[in-house]
Amino acid sequence: MTDLTTHRKAGTKSKFRRRGSDLPFFLVMSGISSCFILLIVLLIAADLMFTSFEDFRAAVMKPEIQSAFRLTILSCTIAALLSIWVATPLGYLLSRYRFPGRLLIDTIVDIPIVLPPLVLGLSLLILFHLPFGNWELEAWLRDDIGFPVTYRWPAVILAQFSVSCAFAVRTMRVTFDQINPRAEDVARTLGCTRGQAFLQIALPQSWRGMIAATTIAWARALGEFGPILVFAGATRMRTEVLSTTVFLELSIGQLNAAVAVSLLMVAIAVVVLVVLRVLGTGLTS
Amino acid sequence: MIEFQNVCIRAGDFQLKDVTFEIGSGQYAVLMGRTGRGKTTILESLCGLRRVQSGKIMIRGMDVTDWPPGDREIGYVPQDLALFPTFSVAEHLKFALHLRRFHTTQIERRVHELAEMLGITHLLKRQIEGLSGGESQRVALGRALSFRPTVLLLDEPLSALDAETREEIQTLLRTLTENTGVTTLHITHNAAEATALADRCFHIVDGQVTEESMNQTEQASRANSTAS
Repeated sequence: MTDLTTHRKAGTKSKFRRRGSDLPFFLVMSGISSCFILLIVLLIAADLMFTSFEDFRAAVMKPEIQSAFRLTILSCTIAALLSIWVATPLGYLLSRYRFPGRLLIDTIVDIPIVLPPLVLGLSLLILFHLPFGNWELEAWLRDDIGFPVTYRWPAVILAQFSVSCAFAVRTMRVTFDQINPRAEDVARTLGCTRGQAFLQIALPQSWRGMIAATTIAWARALGEFGPILVFAGATRMRTEVLSTTVFLELSIGQLNAAVAVSLLMVAIAVVVLVVLRVLGTGLTS
Repeated sequence: MIEFQNVCIRAGDFQLKDVTFEIGSGQYAVLMGRTGRGKTTILESLCGLRRVQSGKIMIRGMDVTDWPPGDREIGYVPQDLALFPTFSVAEHLKFALHLRRFHTTQIERRVHELAEMLGITHLLKRQIEGLSGGESQRVALGRALSFRPTVLLLDEPLSALDAETREEIQTLLRTLTENTGVTTLHITHNAAEATALADRCFHIVDGQVTEESMNQTEQASRANSTAS
């Protein structure tokens, strides 16, 4: 103690100062991080430089693209809402209970995430047209129910839902993993059934996770292309969504229109992500 | 009032075998034992959150072994309190009463009575976030006692509190249990706490629950305080 005081008085403060600076840490971390951010910004900047406002305006005025825009917004919203409906109970069950076959279910949930998109579309197509004796799912839906699916708009939603739901389930499972199950236990001792404990205690705590899962499902549905192409086709004004528009415009050599639609998709994604994030977590977080 | 008859419970790696003890109506019992010996497991089995392998659990002379937790009329305060993050203090006190479909005026009357008893009237409109340890403890106690349970289970309720607050809550616990006549089982590591509160003291040793006389507990408490 005396030594320390003496040194301080003697002006040898530098001897006790930490020599290491935090600057290299921040430089390395932000240097690595900025590579990715820069890549994305450059991609968008390149698109912006490639097209002009006139090209963009001409593209979005096309009735085919307007129709694709409407179907995209509608199908993504329906797929995201369906996903959150399924993901909430499934995520809760996987998070809270240990039951036979849990590992298998956990693996099945991940299959749409790892499966190549085209394979998923092909599998959907086969499922709907595989004959079971004299019975076929698509024929039954078309002839008996009056609700044909394949190569129509419901196929677009189903293809989007198949992938986006898997991402929503993952998000909801992590959400419930982070919520203390003890509160639900206490609620049960107070008189709740398991259902009431879920609805009144766990669910209100999971709203941020639900918004995050919906956002991820929506964004995932927007980017879906492969399964839609195989299962719903790419019929203009009928099953065309913006991702298929880019493909169709490219295939007929309309590069300017393809880039314009790509930018439109970027704009929609940014708007939806920002709105949901502001709703869910507030501007500050 | 509370009776364990040859109860066997498996929890992870360890097993409690032939747990047998009884606590009379209105008594304040303390359960002591080293960490990881199954104290919380016994509490969870009693309130129905953990299944028992064999044996019987009786409350008020009724076999409740297979009853769901909500039917056992037990107030439970876990170690981490597990308050409901989306509820206000008043909502905590109302929750069990709403589930029992009490009339609004009855609920309001009970909430104010409880809040006064616990000294948390000024906190009723507050959310849980930002409550102090002592305040949170009072809210958890109020939630557990709101529906006038016949049994109160406390899992180390004073362990995370500073000395002054611990003293306050200890006095409050004694007053509450005397006024309500609720049969209480309280887990603690602290012999002094046991001496101050309990009518009876149980120990878990090698998976068996044995009763210790209060004199022995008092001696242990004195030995601990001398050592420290």
